[in-house]
Amino acid sequence: MLALGQDEIAKYPFLADAGQYLKDQGFSLEQFGTDPDLKSLISKAYERILTAADGKIYKSDLDGDHVSKEAALPREVFSFLLAIVLLKLSGMHTLIKRFSLAEARRAEKYLEKDLANISDESKNQLAIRVIDDLFSVQVEKSDDYFIIPVSDYLKHSINFHEREWKLINRHVENGQVFLSPHETVRLIRKELGTYINSKIINAKTPTMIPGFEDSVNKLVLLSKKFVTYTVSTGEYPPCIKHAIDILEKGENLPHSGRFMLATFLLSKGQTVQQVAPLFKNAPDYNPRVTLYQLNHLAGTSGSGTQYSCPSCEKLKTQSLCFATSECDNIINPLQFGRKKK
Amino acid sequence: MQEADTLFLEDSFKKYYFNHFDLITVPERTSEREFGYQKFNSGMTRHISLKDDKELHLLLMQNIPSDVYCSNAYYTFPNLPMNEKDWKEADLIFDIDAKDLNLPCRESHTVSICNDCNDVSKNLTQCSKCNSTKIEKKSLPCKNCIDASKIEVEKLSEVLINDLAITKENIQVYFSGNEGFHVYVYNSQFQEIGSRERSELTDYISLRGAIPETFGMKKFKQNRASFPDFNENGWRGRFSKHVFGSKSKRSKIITELLANGYSSFQKTLDDVSENIGVKIDPNVTMDIHRIFRLPGSINSKSGLTKIHCDNLTNFDPYVEASFLSDDTVEVIANSPIEFKLKNKKFGPYLNEKVTVPTFAAVYMICKKLARIA
Ligand code: SF4
Ligand SMILES: [Zn+2]
Ligand SMILES: [Zn+2]
Repeated sequence: MLALGQDEIAKYPFLADAGQYLKDQGFSLEQFGTDPDLKSLISKAYERILTAADGKIYKSDLDGDHVSKEAALPREVFSFLLAIVLLKLSGMHTLIKRFSLAEARRAEKYLEKDLANISDESKNQLAIRVIDDLFSVQVEKSDDYFIIPVSDYLKHSINFHEREWKLINRHVENGQVFLSPHETVRLIRKELGTYINSKIINAKTPTMIPGFEDSVNKLVLLSKKFVTYTVSTGEYPPCIKHAIDILEKGENLPHSGRFMLATFLLSKGQTVQQVAPLFKNAPDYNPRVTLYQLNHLAGTSGSGTQYSCPSCEKLKTQSLCFATSECDNIINPLQFGRKKK
Repeated sequence: MQEADTLFLEDSFKKYYFNHFDLITVPERTSEREFGYQKFNSGMTRHISLKDDKELHLLLMQNIPSDVYCSNAYYTFPNLPMNEKDWKEADLIFDIDAKDLNLPCRESHTVSICNDCNDVSKNLTQCSKCNSTKIEKKSLPCKNCIDASKIEVEKLSEVLINDLAITKENIQVYFSGNEGFHVYVYNSQFQEIGSRERSELTDYISLRGAIPETFGMKKFKQNRASFPDFNENGWRGRFSKHVFGSKSKRSKIITELLANGYSSFQKTLDDVSENIGVKIDPNVTMDIHRIFRLPGSINSKSGLTKIHCDNLTNFDPYVEASFLSDDTVEVIANSPIEFKLKNKKFGPYLNEKVTVPTFAAVYMICKKLARIA
């Protein structure tokens, strides 16, 4: 494991050994539940989870100037470690998943900054090492670019639907792919989330600690809001799979994308009640509005006409198309899989 | 196939195997490979593991296979069923086949064989004798087919060497024994990548799935400077050489491209891909559990040997891959197309009894254009 400084642990708290960190700082978990000065950190941890659950990235104290860095750093790490304790105590996997994703996003920002940091060699060396240690991607710096072996690139890029990630749309030279710091970090986004998730899943669940109960109970209630809606996406076209992916991650799907997804599923014979839960994870979910809109699209209210799924052509102009060879020149996503070669 | 034909082919193949042990050797890391073979008129036997040349030769003499295969993958237990083999890595392989190149000459040397009445005619979709639609097509590839395939091999090597940093020594080219070439890449950074990654790699090599932005064309805020330079590396360089033709025309053509707009550029790109993309069979490259024809073995589609090409430019498969004996044999030949083997011309034959050397008889029988008289 990497040897990390205080501010590095604050940026990448998932790299730290939690138990060891607490010991080094001279604290025990019980203290956080009882000590009035430390108790506020539990609410901080709770907020950190709440932010993640909303699909947003936790705004850390590190970014502002109002708190002295000295004090901010350990608090930053504590709130992360305590968040994990709360999550484990609540046992809510949907929240763990969302938290991991949001924390991955947060770390991603720092990784990108560190990679691009030309004035501090040690910063960008650390970022390079994190990427290599965790995801075995060997990054090398070459002028303004980061270069990684084509084979490493492929292992990660095949998880993307967007055509710009196809190797053919990359600068390839000498067996290496040239990437910007942003692209380098983007390449491992998914794995970073998975890494944090598995670290949390594998962490030991402590027994309930006095002073933690309130927050844990609130989390259990909160998680009821997020029902995981799993659809079998096997026979769905790439555009639809992509839209479902985005929603499952709690990211924002533009209106045109929701329109496509809803009309597609409704045309496939799903009911409004079946489709609605899919949008629950959207950052701006409002059950009443969603039902109203879906009923409108389905033709069960308003004009009574059922809206049809937009053509591939239209979706292309809206950047919602992620065609693969399986699309095979169809003109509407609804035809996907019907034509046989 | 009638029994006399099978016996004749078996006999000829056996003689070849016996006389050319030198040509047919096991690949490196033998014990990690899966072998397989087919006998005439029977199914595939797979999941065989072999120790050395001796065991391979024994297998050949005992079974007299019509075709022999070996995995490009390395396994811990090559002889166990697929999901227990423990896949370790696989050499990168490419199949270039004249039949995939849409060559204009193809029609002139393709025949249709009726599966119902065995009538042979030139390229029909329906039998002219019995109206059956059970038609099997056989092609006798011409020099143009071979030359066009060679060009693809050269294009492939160029991309492998320049873009993917494969060294020349690690690229080995073999004539497939029928209509094209098999290219092997050893010791590359790609040994351990899986099927989906290999599929992405083939898209790169065949210039498939490119977006206009990659070649400088943007939807908004168009910019002349983002178009590739004439001397750039990789696909941008190949694109500019193909589309601009010369340095001096670059500017004028960029103006045209910009005037035609974004969606027209995507069509240009599809065109370019058809012209300069390397035509490899993606299914072969992405299959990491395939057993692939063993170098030195005979291809039963032709009776020719899958042989290493030391000098691709001068390589003539109809001389260098034909190893069967000159002993003559009497056959009833029905080959409306003339062909050349070992510098001798044969045919056309119109359902006639002819006496020809074994290598020519085997060639025709393998193509279903003759039978033992
Ligand atoms: S081609 Fe049509 S079906 Fe395929 S991804 Fe694009 S929009 Fe969807
Ligand atoms: Zn017929
Ligand atoms: Zn030809």
